[in-house]
Amino acid sequence: MNAEGTLIALGTIVRREVTRILRIWIQTLLPPAITMTLYFVIFGSLIGRRIGEMAPGVSYIEYIAPGLIMMSVIQNSYGNITSSFFGAKFQRFVEEMLVSPMPGWTILAGYVGGAVLRGLMVGVIVLGLSLFFTKIHLYHPLVTLSTFLLAAVIFALLGFINAIYASKFDDIAIIPTFILTPLTYLGGVFYNVAQLPSPWKEISHLNPILYMVNAFRYGLLGISDIDLGWAYVVMLGFVVVFGAICLNLLHRGVGLRS
Amino acid sequence: MRLAARRRGKCSATLYRVCTVKGPLYYWFSPIYAAMSSPSPVPALEVSDLRKTYPNGVEALKGISLAVQPGDFYALLGPNGAGKSTLIGVISSLVNATSGEARVFGVPIHTRRSEAMQMIGLVPQELNFNLFEQPFQICVNQAGFYGIGRKTAGERAEKYLKQLGLWDKAFEISRTLSGGMKRRLMIARAMMNEPRLLILDEPTAGVDIEIRRSMWKFVQGINAAGTTVILTTHYLEEAEQLCRNIAIIDHGQIIVNTAMKSLLGKLDVETFVLDLTDVCADLPQVDGVKISRVDDRTIEAEMSRAHDLNSLFAALSARGITVTSMRNKANRLEELFVRLIDANDKEVA
Repeated sequence: MNAEGTLIALGTIVRREVTRILRIWIQTLLPPAITMTLYFVIFGSLIGRRIGEMAPGVSYIEYIAPGLIMMSVIQNSYGNITSSFFGAKFQRFVEEMLVSPMPGWTILAGYVGGAVLRGLMVGVIVLGLSLFFTKIHLYHPLVTLSTFLLAAVIFALLGFINAIYASKFDDIAIIPTFILTPLTYLGGVFYNVAQLPSPWKEISHLNPILYMVNAFRYGLLGISDIDLGWAYVVMLGFVVVFGAICLNLLHRGVGLRS
Repeated sequence: MRLAARRRGKCSATLYRVCTVKGPLYYWFSPIYAAMSSPSPVPALEVSDLRKTYPNGVEALKGISLAVQPGDFYALLGPNGAGKSTLIGVISSLVNATSGEARVFGVPIHTRRSEAMQMIGLVPQELNFNLFEQPFQICVNQAGFYGIGRKTAGERAEKYLKQLGLWDKAFEISRTLSGGMKRRLMIARAMMNEPRLLILDEPTAGVDIEIRRSMWKFVQGINAAGTTVILTTHYLEEAEQLCRNIAIIDHGQIIVNTAMKSLLGKLDVETFVLDLTDVCADLPQVDGVKISRVDDRTIEAEMSRAHDLNSLFAALSARGITVTSMRNKANRLEELFVRLIDANDKEVA
């Protein structure tokens, strides 16, 4: 398949994914908007007022806003790829792509592209909602954008691995429920990990979400509990490792070709 | 002498250039060059010693070899679980072969998958499209997966959906289509890359006879236009009418691979069913014909294909029995198929 054909194939998957996201917007775009509004109201406006400043000149609601945006990006990029790719496997229309001349990496890139776009749509919605509750300064646009992209790609790749191994719908709910949600809540969205006692402070540094939330917070507010360089090393490392695993699984046809 | 040799060298070099450089002469004589360089055409599909053992130990293919020539309409028959779908799975790259090789127009599937897949169109046995998408969308997306631009894809989708009588449903959710429409949609989708080799895995399963005939007509048209077609079906009458060559698979092995005519020629006994005007009290005796009663006004006559029907009719006329109609008891291919499978089962046992 030549470069032009590959681009057309890639565009076809991304277009199909975006059409799907917009077609079922009640399931894809509305729930994070409602959930995050509740977070802003309860944790930000009601409880946050009693907590005071998290850093000089940074109120609690300002402090949690980047984490909440990142949390919705992570959950939605992961959820998009697992439900969409597993749905294609379950209904067997993944075979449309498997019998085509498309290389495996195009399938992966198409689905990851779709997941990143859903993350972007949800991120923009939550960012817009947060403006009703607090003011957001874009301290470092490049860090904000690159952190958003890296986090969305990491969780899209992880979701793809989950969808490949899943054989029933329960299998795509286990990781978000038992791993992703606890890691997100313990990833410094609502608190500063430096305030934690030992050994929880050190253990928290093993949580990859901590690096994403803090890098994103740095991009928006200019404050972070983590060194930015380390955050990029961790994020790029996950992209490389998960990307390699996905390509290897596609090459071997695990869960797709018998 | 040296000059003569140089001239000879120059002449042969010029001749070589004329023959090999793609100038006008090359194109005038290309059919001759092609005939000289390749005495037989590259098979549309060539399978050599293909084996597939599933992780649970089931040996689905036990060293299958076959060749399908370009332009052929080829039947691949076999009982359920014989290995037909596994073979199609390997050809369409959905199943990884344990060993052996499959080539599509000379291109090995295992090492040059992308190139080989460009030439294949697959209509699978099970429905495998997104039930929440519209037929037009499904076809255009499929073309996209083959690197075909949206404009061409849209034109082809319209063309094939119209040819298969689905254009009025093109923008409805495909979940709402009837069973026959869904099957036709899968054929339209398989045509989007205008394949050189079209594989139909039981395309007419559960489809009424009228739609089945319209599907036959469409596929015959595609075949007449030059596309090689491989058909698996349990409707043996369908295979007999459409296909020129046939392979029968059983227990993962090919037990017959021949021309349809030659296979049907092997059938030495035929059974006819005769409907009579009046009740037949006693059955006539005819040499070489085994006559049995089905009911009061129906009899069956089993005879060798070499035996003429005149003696049977003469004997019936002599007894004052009038025949109103006559038909073959079973489809010829069906009879052969059952015999071959039975014989193979006994051999395997």
